[in-house]
Amino acid sequence: MPGPRTLASVWAAKSATLASRRLRRGGGTAVSGLVGLKLQSSLIHDLASQLGHGCVLVTGTNGKTTTSRLISETARAAGLQPLANASGSNLMRGLASTLAAATGPGGRLTDAAQRLGVFEVDEAAVPAALQELRPRVAVFTNLFRDQLDRFGEVEAVAALWRQALAKAPPGLTLVLNADDPAVASLGEGRDNVIYFGVDDAKLDRGAIEHASDALSCAVCGSRLEYNIAYFGHVGHWRCPGCGRPRPEVAVSGRDLDLRDGRTLGFEIVVVGNHEWAVDQPPHPNPLLEGEGIMEPRVEASTDMTDAENASMPVEMGIGGLYNAYNALAAAAAVIALGLPAGATPEALKATGAAFGRQEAFEVDGKGVELFLGKNPAGLNQVLSTLLLDPNRKVVLIILNDGIADGRDISWVWDADFEVTAKQFDKVLVSGTRAAEMALRLKYAEWDEAALTVEPEIGAALEKALAATRDGECLTVVPTYTAMLTVRELLAKRTGRASFWQ
Amino acid sequence: MNERRLRLGHLYPSLMNVYGDRGNILCLTRRCRLRGIELEVTELEVGDALAADGFDLLFMGGAQDREQRLVGDDLSKLKGEALREAVETGVVFLSVCGGYQLAGKSYRGADGEELAGAGVFDLHTVHPGAKAKRLIGNLVARWEGGTLAGFENHGGRTYLGPGCEPLAKVVRGHGNDGQSGFEGARYKNAFGCYLHGPVLPKNPSLADRLVSLALERRFGDGTLPALEDGLEQRAHEAALRIRN
Ligand SMILES: [Zn+2]
Repeated sequence: MPGPRTLASVWAAKSATLASRRLRRGGGTAVSGLVGLKLQSSLIHDLASQLGHGCVLVTGTNGKTTTSRLISETARAAGLQPLANASGSNLMRGLASTLAAATGPGGRLTDAAQRLGVFEVDEAAVPAALQELRPRVAVFTNLFRDQLDRFGEVEAVAALWRQALAKAPPGLTLVLNADDPAVASLGEGRDNVIYFGVDDAKLDRGAIEHASDALSCAVCGSRLEYNIAYFGHVGHWRCPGCGRPRPEVAVSGRDLDLRDGRTLGFEIVVVGNHEWAVDQPPHPNPLLEGEGIMEPRVEASTDMTDAENASMPVEMGIGGLYNAYNALAAAAAVIALGLPAGATPEALKATGAAFGRQEAFEVDGKGVELFLGKNPAGLNQVLSTLLLDPNRKVVLIILNDGIADGRDISWVWDADFEVTAKQFDKVLVSGTRAAEMALRLKYAEWDEAALTVEPEIGAALEKALAATRDGECLTVVPTYTAMLTVRELLAKRTGRASFWQ
Repeated sequence: MNERRLRLGHLYPSLMNVYGDRGNILCLTRRCRLRGIELEVTELEVGDALAADGFDLLFMGGAQDREQRLVGDDLSKLKGEALREAVETGVVFLSVCGGYQLAGKSYRGADGEELAGAGVFDLHTVHPGAKAKRLIGNLVARWEGGTLAGFENHGGRTYLGPGCEPLAKVVRGHGNDGQSGFEGARYKNAFGCYLHGPVLPKNPSLADRLVSLALERRFGDGTLPALEDGLEQRAHEAALRIRN
């Protein structure tokens, strides 16, 4: 039973959420959690320990939101009730408010027996989140240079994660991206690791991109070599110094069909089948044994049970190589959770874009597509995805320098805008640092004559829509806070829900 | 006009590239090209030898801690002496952030470990420890009657000796050590600063100064025709307005 202090903090957190929603101060979730945490620092721990199926933590520079969403949908298809935090509420206070909002009048989680927590966690919050959430599975998607003024250097984040994992509660299974050497190294010397990766030599770019970190070996410091380079420092790497290779993957993505960047077809191969799941306890939360925990509903499809390798064709309604990685991370997490992998393809197919990430709108007969871009590696993936459709002719790029975007905007110079220099006929640039963005494009040899600088986002959106012909599509590439603003404008015009409702 | 050619040596491009530093190379290349000057860029990594008379301009950017150690090693074993000699003979040199620190005499890291620097500038840098506040934020400094604008993010505090001059006076932000009111260093044609962003594209006066000094040294004439800098000025002015 929760103690009286837990009850008080849950109540405080919930009422603050309501107040903040009425005041329309944004998501509301972060404000409420702050109140709750002040009253009871172990609120997260108390409530998370009631989750009947425990929880999974998802972190990394890029792909947290989409990967979490894919895990949630697969869990739902398997008959569980996922409890997930909203994108952008991924600090401790966001976790607290998400959990508090799922409690009933008695201060206990509602439907606790069916619940699986799926929490995306900010890179810097991983140590605290591991301690308080005590997840069964932790997924690390990738580690790129991101907001050096906020997170510090890539090496510092990797060290933070390593230390946190050394102290992590027992029984944790890691799901790691084998193709990202900084992430793969987290599995060094550990049991219970499931690696995922892409095996598709036709996507080799031949050379690593400019925005590459983690080029030196985490163990011996030698410069890594690549047989296949997909993007950033992601690929099939090998250390010539200590001989460490990219780890063998358990979940492999093959035969990728990138199409026009809006959908994606590929094959998920579960190498040697998912025997890892066998070690999982039947009831993941021993405290709750006998309280009527539901078993997962979906059974493994028959072609998967005995085969050495199980292969699942996958269709997705979102595009780009980076989303294939998100799907593979989710599929590996599903296996690590002991859920039948057979539930994955259906859920992947049904899951649309996450908030602001390849989200599409229709305004006055014109398509509008949002591609969040918040760091060089993510932006490079967005740009190569845009390049897949030569019919994209109008683009609105919005650069803000708010705290959530990173005050330091030098990162736009590390993204390869050169690759799309010839693509667009009409380019609008907006945001608090619109002029700097325009300058970046000028030096990437974009046509200066096609460039309009309009710092005010609403006015820029109107101009961009006016420049888009009927039946054509406007591409919008915003930073994080710019995405919130432009999405709110689009939601108003199209009647779509704001994110906190 | 006869095609003139300048040679730029980019020091450690794959290790020292954190804060959009390649923007500085893009900027110099473009501003030269528009004046009919071909800028030939050579990348010099760890293990590559540097000839003191091989270049008209040299550039070294910022790095993360681990990379900074690798570079420090290479400077003391391989390139440091040639770099000092180049600067003594008037070669133009720009170093930013981590590169600026390593161009000094020494760098003491957060762990107390001391790295020898290239010794181009009479300055030393001390990181007061992992718990000390990093000097982060938008930085504006006064330089030759105009302004320089950018962003700084450094743990180390840099102290100038009598053998070099400060580059600019801090208007807003921290600069070298957060106390002295100065930003950057200058010795002969060598410039060092914490300003990144990258520093050159939105501070075209500094970019042109570097090119002009290199032209003067090589061809005896550093005059540069003006360029259309509308976007550069807008970006500069926007950076001046930002409050931390
Ligand atoms: Zn190694």
